[in-house]
Amino acid sequence: MKAIRGTHAVRTSGGFSFRVDLRAALVVLLLTVAAVAAAVVLIGVGDYPIAPGDVVRTLFGGGTTAQEFIVNDLRLPRVLVGLLVGVALGISGAVFQSISRNPLGSPDVIGFGQGSSVGALTVIVLFHGGSTAAAGGAIVGGLVTGVAIYALAWKRGVHGYRLVLVGIGAAAMLTACVSYLLTKANLVDATRAVVWMTGSLDGRDWSQFWPLLAACVLLVPLVLGNGRNLRMLEMGDDAAYALGVRVERTRLVLMLAAVLLTAIATAAAGPISFVALTAPQLARRLTRSAGPNLLPAAVMGAVLVVVADWVAQQAFGDRQLPVGVVTGVLGGCYLLWLLVTERKAGRI
Amino acid sequence: MTSSTSGSTTMQRLTAEAVTLGYDQRIIAENLSVEIPDNSFTVIVGPNACGKSTLLRALSRMLKPSKGRVLLDGQAIGSMPAKKVAKTLGLLPQSSIAPDGITVADLVARGRYPHQGLLRQWSPEDERVVGESMASTGVAELADRYVDELSGGQRQRVWIAMALAQQTPLLLLDEPTTYLDIQHQIDVLDLCADLHETQGRTLVAVLHDLNHAARYADHLIAMRAGKIVAEGAPQDVVTADLVEGVFGMKCQVIDDPETGTPLVVPAGRKARARTATAVS
Repeated sequence: MKAIRGTHAVRTSGGFSFRVDLRAALVVLLLTVAAVAAAVVLIGVGDYPIAPGDVVRTLFGGGTTAQEFIVNDLRLPRVLVGLLVGVALGISGAVFQSISRNPLGSPDVIGFGQGSSVGALTVIVLFHGGSTAAAGGAIVGGLVTGVAIYALAWKRGVHGYRLVLVGIGAAAMLTACVSYLLTKANLVDATRAVVWMTGSLDGRDWSQFWPLLAACVLLVPLVLGNGRNLRMLEMGDDAAYALGVRVERTRLVLMLAAVLLTAIATAAAGPISFVALTAPQLARRLTRSAGPNLLPAAVMGAVLVVVADWVAQQAFGDRQLPVGVVTGVLGGCYLLWLLVTERKAGRI
Repeated sequence: MTSSTSGSTTMQRLTAEAVTLGYDQRIIAENLSVEIPDNSFTVIVGPNACGKSTLLRALSRMLKPSKGRVLLDGQAIGSMPAKKVAKTLGLLPQSSIAPDGITVADLVARGRYPHQGLLRQWSPEDERVVGESMASTGVAELADRYVDELSGGQRQRVWIAMALAQQTPLLLLDEPTTYLDIQHQIDVLDLCADLHETQGRTLVAVLHDLNHAARYADHLIAMRAGKIVAEGAPQDVVTADLVEGVFGMKCQVIDDPETGTPLVVPAGRKARARTATAVS
């Protein structure tokens, strides 16, 4: 009798048993190392460069006072926010792509980013609110959009294509709302709004980090705990029902968690585009494993955001770019490639 | 083949009691009652849109009846815990999607879901049953292949293996032979007959081909327009009158030279044309 290729059974006394996909576990481990390494390098980057060795020493409490201030107060929160935003976007992208059975069913393609933008811009333009209020607006905007898209796409269950098509329609309408709000804004507010919409990690501090961490600590395990059900959903609703999965409940819980994660990540860093789209796909190509690949996608998201932020700070000399510009350019290329290959495979 | 069917006073494991079935406002069947004889190979036949797949969906709790109820072991199936039902009753749906890049063994292993939990993900029992299911459906050699690269017939065997791994005494199959060529249709039906005979599972299948139904079923349910027109052993049920009544087609029923079961031979075109004018 053969075990399943590439998986390893871990069995303990007491009848507990777990299935470990060795390749996926290795991918997660390597990506985590990569994310941490990239984070250390990124902390050292800036007007006052610090060598990676000194960064590590400072993080463990052995740096000079100046280094401590720069690392712990200025740069660490920014990098941590970047990592968590990546995790949140990566995992919610994996959830949505799995539920819609379509790589294009990502939160950033189906309008959640735009929804958050409308929420934030409403606060900035109409109420001249500060950054905390704008973040609140972004969360509300993202949630309302998520619920609206779910309601519109629901017809005896949510089906992949309907979700993608409704989402793209919603994205178009929300983009129009954004444009309208910008025309109503005065110059200062408009500038703030545009910077917010690009997605940036500039000036992120501990006050953005803690709520983000709380959301991730709560929601990421919830999503991972439902991962087995999500794997069953990939075979179609009927097959999942037949196996005893509570289909609608699973889907509702997962979508709600994913919408929340996207909204909170967007509130913290603006709509950093295409991470949710690309992270699950790249992770999947590395693990070569069927299923939603939730954890690999989450870690891949963290790597992507931090590396993109490093590129944004370094690639053009002194002129720093917001991280959203880099993910946008890279992700846009990826989207084109994806559309071409999907077209060739006859899926769209 | 004997039929352990009609007239039995004991309650069968799977029954529908006066169910009304439909989608949204469209009613497909009203006040329909049916009993699936235990240990039978029951086949539901009928013309397109007669409600046979709808009935199967209701029996497998995919479709909630708007009136009446479906009972499994005497309990209303809709109010039973999902995993408990899934350990008793399996379904091979018409449209299942093999996830991208999944191997045969991995897909079959998913049939173990109702027997697993967060802390019991892959027991020696799971491994044994998955191996046996692949062996009894003849896909053991394909274990490491990707499902995408298999032929239609092989793929259907893999899905059946997945349903078997669920280890349910009752197994429902929704048109398991559709889209297969004749050789693979017979292949899949032989497999079903084997499962029924050697493992004693109760099978319920929806089939399009009346001759296949007559050959393989030991209990036949004929439906038309949401109603059960006849049920019983194929020898008793399949007559020229019934076929004309259910499918609206003149025919002769002869003995199948291979198996002795009823074989429906449609009347020639001219003979049917004459009846059509006579009827109109």
